[in-house]
Amino acid sequence: MMLTRRSVIAAGAGSAVLIALPGHPALAQDAAARTVDQVIAEFTGGAAAAEGEGVTLTAPEIAENGNTVPISVEAPGASAILVIAAGNPTPGVATFRFGELAGNQAASTRIRLAATQDVIAVARMGDGSFVRTAANVKVTIGGCGG
Amino acid sequence: MAENVKPRVRVPKTASAGEVVTIKTLISHPMESGQRKDKDGNTIPRSIINRFTAEFNGTMVVDATLEPAISTNPYIEFDMTVPESGQVKFTWYDDDGSVYEDVQAIEIA
Repeated sequence: MMLTRRSVIAAGAGSAVLIALPGHPALAQDAAARTVDQVIAEFTGGAAAAEGEGVTLTAPEIAENGNTVPISVEAPGASAILVIAAGNPTPGVATFRFGELAGNQAASTRIRLAATQDVIAVARMGDGSFVRTAANVKVTIGGCGG
Repeated sequence: MAENVKPRVRVPKTASAGEVVTIKTLISHPMESGQRKDKDGNTIPRSIINRFTAEFNGTMVVDATLEPAISTNPYIEFDMTVPESGQVKFTWYDDDGSVYEDVQAIEIA
């Protein structure tokens, strides 16, 4: 390979971008301002969510590609389920609200994960209480376009 | 602006009354998260589908709020009870104000 002045400068600029990158998620988090706790509080109206029974979150243990991680949530008797990715620049992922014709309170989708992190599901049950669960997903290649 | 947005849904053509059927939906859309930068370092503006709804004969089945963390070509799968013959209407709401719709009929067999 021939090294021209132009290619050397281009390579230098490329590595400068790489060095600057690690600071980027933290900066984005400050700008987004809404933390995981805030997002959950917004959904529950400040009520505490009990850990455990009633809501199931299915996610792969290891996701090779953070750009499309298949997940599914299920909470029999729930009226809504909130999904949060705690380690993403913006933690919100999706909120599913179920109407009276929903066959069961379950949904599947594909999400982006920036890095290895916990995915959290919070369900609002029919009686107005909240339950939450979490699953740790190891991400090999982040899905944040970094 | 999102281009070539095409909804695709899989709904059974027939069902028995009261049966619970699985519905799979996918819409081709870039779901630009607003986090990525182009090669000049400028942030690419966010452009996503922010809401998805499914209704059966006007009754809500599922209403989902989507955030930038949903993957490109958002795929959503859910279950629906079929009480009678009718139409399922799917609606996707884009950040740019566009609304994409698809309607599928289900017969009681």
